[in-house]
Order: sequence, then structure tokens, then C-alpha cells
Amino acid sequence: MIVRILGEGRYDVPEADMPAIEQLDAQLTDAMDREDEVEFDSSLADLVGQVRRSGVQLAADDLQTSGLVVPHEGSSLAEVRTLLNEGA
Amino acid sequence: MSSVMKRLSGIVQAKANKALDKAENPADMLDLSYEKQAENLQKVRRALADVATAKKRLELQAAELQAQASKLQDQAKQALAQNREDLAREALSRRSGLADQLTELGTQHSQVEAQQQQLETTATRLSTQIEAFRTKKETLKASYTASKAQASIGEAVSGISESMTDAGMTLQRAQDKISQMQARGAAIDELIDTGALPDALGGAKDDIQAQLDATSQTGQVDSELAALKAELGSAAPAAGLPGASPGAESTGPADPSAPAGGGS
Repeated sequence: MIVRILGEGRYDVPEADMPAIEQLDAQLTDAMDREDEVEFDSSLADLVGQVRRSGVQLAADDLQTSGLVVPHEGSSLAEVRTLLNEGA
Repeated sequence: MSSVMKRLSGIVQAKANKALDKAENPADMLDLSYEKQAENLQKVRRALADVATAKKRLELQAAELQAQASKLQDQAKQALAQNREDLAREALSRRSGLADQLTELGTQHSQVEAQQQQLETTATRLSTQIEAFRTKKETLKASYTASKAQASIGEAVSGISESMTDAGMTLQRAQDKISQMQARGAAIDELIDTGALPDALGGAKDDIQAQLDATSQTGQVDSELAALKAELGSAAPAAGLPGASPGAESTGPADPSAPAGGGS
């Protein structure tokens, strides 16, 4: 699965590592639903770290599209909420 | 409710597709897309210059506030030396206000650095990607009549369009942060300008310095006055015996003989 971290680039993550990433994505989503900023910040940092660790960064001249997108590193809950509302 | 990563992916794809809808035939799509990429790269580079300016400004403001804080510290010492505890207290309390501002500036500075880092990464990757796209574009255009090529064009354009969308979102985020900081920076400048914070160079607006100077002047006047009093004080006993001291002085040498004469 190709995962994009906004402002950073795309990573090719092996399918075997996807459950760990999905788990962190669920934590992030839960933190956002509960408006828990502390939990949100730490889940996002963990998620960004996990994608970087398990994935291989695609070369900049590769033009493949991604299947999942991680918010910018260090984004606040409010910022991500605004981004998600843009599509609503 | 879908997860954050899935929803965000949907938004990025939607934005990327929206950017594509404008072109009608594949060849135009390639050229338009390329032009747009070049424009976006320019925007990212301009934003990088803005970030550098914002960072510099924060550094200058921090240096100025730091200088004012040291000055207030000196003034507090001076005030205590002059027994003006009230002034020393005032100086220290203003200094503590500055310390809060400095902490805030420090936080902003690290935020600006993070933005700078992300934009630099974006600019570097984008420029490589655009170059790769340009090469691919010419190859695809040369053979785009083949139905297979149409699909390849679609993929390449979608790929670059997604990256453009990411760059656009990163740019927007950086610009939002910069304008927040500019607003806050302007407020600090205004605070410095209106003298709500004492002038670093000790201008007329620096009331603590004015009071210290006044106290110091008063102190000087007091000590001169005391010196004068002392001078007058030493002359006073002499004035109380007019003629006595000149007489004593003139008869001084005769004194030993006088008591002797008086005694005999």
C-alpha cells in the first residue's frame, strides 16, 4: 500500500505492516472524535513514525498515486478537522 | 465514520481530480498540468522566502526583548542600590512579562523552522517530480493516439496532480502559520513602539530610568547639601565666637607666657 505523509512524500508500506498503521489510524480517529488533543498529538506522531519505519520512500520522480494519506507531521486536531471539512 | 487517513485520502483525490477536470484532450491535459506544476513550484519557493523573513523577524524581536529584559534587570539592581524597592519591583515585574513573550517567540521560532523544513522538502521533491513528468509528457504525447498511452497519461497526470495537491495543502498550511505569526509579530512591534515595553535605548518613554535618574539626582543633591551643611557646621562654632579665634591665634604664641605670667 502506498501511504502519503502530507508535506513529506509517499512510502511503499508492505501489507504485513498495514495492521499496525491501521491501528494507529483508528487511535487518531478516536482521539479526534473525543476532541482529545493530547492523545491526538501522540497518535499522529506515532503514526508518522510507523509509516517512516515500515515503508520505503518512493523516489520523487515516481508518479504513483497513494491509497492512504497521513496529515502533516505536527498538525493540530483543529487543523486536521479543517482539512477534513474542506471535503465535506 | 471512516478513519482520518481514508477521509484525508478521499479529500486529496477529490482535489487532485478537480484540478484535472479543466483539461479536455490528453495532450492539453499534459501541457496544462505541467504549466500548473511549474507555477506551484514558484509558489512554494516564494513561500520559502516568506518563511525565512518570518523567521528573521522573530529572531530580531527576540533579540530586542532580550536586550530589554537585561536592561530591566540592571535597572532593578540600580533601584535597590538607591533604596527604591518600589522601582525595583516594577522593573522585575516588567521583566517577567518580557520573559513570557520570549518563551512565546521561542515556540513560534521552532514552528517556523518546522514549516521551513517541510517546504524545503516539498520544493526539492516537487522539482524532481516535475522534471520526471516533463520527460514522460513528451514521450506520452508522441504516442498518445494509442489507447494504452491514454491510460498512461491518466496515471501520470493523476500521480503528479496528487503531489501538486499535497504541495498546495502544505503551502496553505505554511501560509496560515506565517500570517498568524505576522499578526502576532505586528502586535509585539506595536507594543515596543508605543512604549508599553520600555525602549531598549532608554528613550524618554522609559519611566523607570527617568525615576532612577531623578532618584539619583536627588541623591546627589542630598549629598551635596550634606557636604555644604558639614562645611557650614565646622565654621559655625567659629562664628559663635567672633573675634575669639583671631584673638586666640594672635595671642597663641603669647599664651604660654600669659598663664605663666598670670600664675606668677
